[in-house]
Amino acid sequence: MDFSLTDDQLILAGSIGRFIDAEYDFESRQQITVGDEGFSREMWATFAELGITAVPFAEEDGGLDGGPIELMLIMEQLGRGLVVEPYLANIVLAGGALRRAASSGQREKWLTPIIAGELHAALAFAEPQARYDIRNVATHAGAEGGGYVLRGSKTMILNGGAANMIIVPARTSGDTADEDGITLFIVPADARGVEISPYPTVDALQAADIDFNDVTVDESAVLGDVDKGFATLQAVIDEATLAISAEAVGIMQTMHEKTVEYSKNRSQFGVPIATFQALQHRMVDTMIACEQSRSLLYWSVMLSAANDPEARHSISALKYQVGTAGIEVAREAVQLHGGMGVTWELDIAHYFKRMTAIDAMFGNADFHLDRYIDTAPTS
Amino acid sequence: MNIDFTEEEIRFQTEVREFLAGHYSEDIRSKRDEGIALTKDDMVRWQKVLYERGWFAVNWPVEHGGTGWTPLQKYIFARELAAVNAPPLIAFGVSMVAPIIYTYGNEAQKQRFLPDILASNVWWCQGYSEPGSGSDLASLKTRADRDGDHYVVNGTKTWTTLGQHADWIFCLVRTSTDVARRQEGISFLLIDMKTEGVTVRPIITIEGEHEVNEIHLEDVRVPVENLVGEEGKGWTYGKVLLQHERTNIAGVAVSQYRIDRLREKSRQSIHGAAPLSEDRNFVRKLAAIEVELKALEYTELRTLASVAVGKAPGPESSLLKIRGTEVQQAIDALMMEAAGYYALPYVPAQYALDFPDDDRIGFGAETSTSLRYFNNRKASIYGGSNEIQKNIIAKHVLGL
Ligand SMILES: Cc1cc2nc3c(=O)[nH]c(=O)nc-3n(C[C@H](O)[C@H](O)[C@H](O)COP(=O)(O)OP(=O)(O)OC[C@H]3O[C@@H](n4cnc5c(N)ncnc54)[C@H](O)[C@@H]3O)c2cc1C
Repeated sequence: MDFSLTDDQLILAGSIGRFIDAEYDFESRQQITVGDEGFSREMWATFAELGITAVPFAEEDGGLDGGPIELMLIMEQLGRGLVVEPYLANIVLAGGALRRAASSGQREKWLTPIIAGELHAALAFAEPQARYDIRNVATHAGAEGGGYVLRGSKTMILNGGAANMIIVPARTSGDTADEDGITLFIVPADARGVEISPYPTVDALQAADIDFNDVTVDESAVLGDVDKGFATLQAVIDEATLAISAEAVGIMQTMHEKTVEYSKNRSQFGVPIATFQALQHRMVDTMIACEQSRSLLYWSVMLSAANDPEARHSISALKYQVGTAGIEVAREAVQLHGGMGVTWELDIAHYFKRMTAIDAMFGNADFHLDRYIDTAPTS
Repeated sequence: MNIDFTEEEIRFQTEVREFLAGHYSEDIRSKRDEGIALTKDDMVRWQKVLYERGWFAVNWPVEHGGTGWTPLQKYIFARELAAVNAPPLIAFGVSMVAPIIYTYGNEAQKQRFLPDILASNVWWCQGYSEPGSGSDLASLKTRADRDGDHYVVNGTKTWTTLGQHADWIFCLVRTSTDVARRQEGISFLLIDMKTEGVTVRPIITIEGEHEVNEIHLEDVRVPVENLVGEEGKGWTYGKVLLQHERTNIAGVAVSQYRIDRLREKSRQSIHGAAPLSEDRNFVRKLAAIEVELKALEYTELRTLASVAVGKAPGPESSLLKIRGTEVQQAIDALMMEAAGYYALPYVPAQYALDFPDDDRIGFGAETSTSLRYFNNRKASIYGGSNEIQKNIIAKHVLGL
């Protein structure tokens, strides 16, 4: 076992970190969020120039051959910077599905421009009745005249408003909650019958609810094998869960450090509030929470990098940790900042909201503790 | 010990129910039920309805327009109001400044201020906190210097809740620095917000709403007759008031209402999904919060019973503030969990009655759940943070 990073990995983490520090301070981030689209296309183009968008893809697809470790390093920094550009949606979700299942023609048509930062994409992983269960797919795709007709509703589609293309899990056979019978379709956002209702989310990201009203696609829209889309979907959502957990660890660490710093600078009763033992112990607890979460993150990332079958189990452990200890760190950070902690003006509030959204995304703490139990290796 | 209501209490309960059934207006109710913010006019209108029935200033002495109710009647009243989801009363006038005025003010002040508070004609806000003085309130720096028959006030008050609507502000100000204890230099002053030199700047809170303000006071001339009680005694008065604030802050009845609603909602199927009431994790969490709340309800009733036999609400009220706000925040968090992804859209425009239903993201009031959750992180911070409440109990109850 080895926790050390390679030189290349250190360079990657360092360069993104420096980029965030120099170009993505909180003020700039806030400016971006109030713009028309809620994120910056210019910034996204810069991400592509820096090669960040290429990291998780194979060299033959024009990528940099990165794996879970590189993804973790990127996401932690994006968390620290509260980055709103759609990295998760474009690269981890849509890109992740294409990387795993696309034909060479589909790669060329869709993946290449996504990596280049020229095309926006989304993966419609959630349905209104499904809560966090990704196998619960009621959207129906009926075979018709050599193609398919899609009908159904998806919700909370990250980047759904800006997306030129949406990857849509739809049911080609079986019952609503079956794993078998789900097929992934590539649907252009401007296809007839696609009705997109975009909205911002509490963490200043952009999402959409999308109705598919008898949307016709031809056979070339099928991503992977008919009826066998679930395995891809699950692998992508697992990786995305790992990714946002890494983001969460970056946020937790930042909130903890900012709180310690604030406590040294804020004086009440003639002394820095950091001198109150009641608060010292609280900050010790948040430090412990950060360390414990980072440990689970590394465990999980190493299992994922090794393609270990226990990876899924560990990702649920991690997501549970982020949804409990992580939320506690966020609440403590707000509390210890006093009134300042609940102002829009201060970054702490926005980290808090991002942590809240991360907890709900891809299953909350309860959901993942259950899945942790269900995926336990039989000994 | 006996848990039953007396016949008289039951009669009272019926009377309150009948009144609410007839007088709680439909438009305010529907806004409340859909999570839409009330306007100033809505709040004032509702308070006037209670005033006209003689039920607005529940805690005041009868001679000033109070009810003379027993603690249990007040408890029943609060419970019935919560049960119909009636708006919370704006406390600054009726529960905060008025008790100071009728306890420590002179006759002229009572006559001048109390009737308008009772009738909700005048809106008050609370000017205690300052940028440098939050938990350590006694360090406040806003100065009131005597100049003939005026005080000249300079300083900055902050976190002033709903100050944007206020006609008057009650302030703790420093009238002397030449004292043995810094608390002794603090006085209680009433300031007309229209006076020259008062400026109100909004502070936007975490959820994106304008609820609090920063108020600058620059050479504000305040007639000395607006001083309440004695110069230099403001701290003592303010402390009494804070303890009143802390009993109100537990919010037991409202929390029970919200638990009941959440339970009801958890039995419904959302878009055909399995109801949350079938999820044992969720049911257990809801039950655990309810147990804590039940304990708090009886702690509050015990406190009220001791107030009834003549004890003022003491430092024990800190307990109600701590647990009350913890329970509120736990309910907020569970509501978030119940809403799932639907807690995440941020579309402030849809919290308006005229927003077309078809364009609404999510369903019901789910998307306002997160606004409340974020906003209510304040509950453990304001009114004396929960850490400060624990310090108070440690010092004054445990004698540490
Ligand atoms: C939404 C909102 C509305 C408000 N409305 C009003 C209003 O209308 N009028 C008004 O006057 N004020 C109002 N307040 C102010 C409120 O009373 C203060 O925010 C509160 O007293 C805390 O002060 P602070 O924010 O300066 O935090 P600080 O005092 O700086 O505290 C920071 C942290 O340190 C902790 N701490 C401080 N001292 C100690 C200690 N000795 N031991 C242990 N921990 C300690 C605190 O608990 C907190 O966690 C409001 C605040 C908010 C957030």
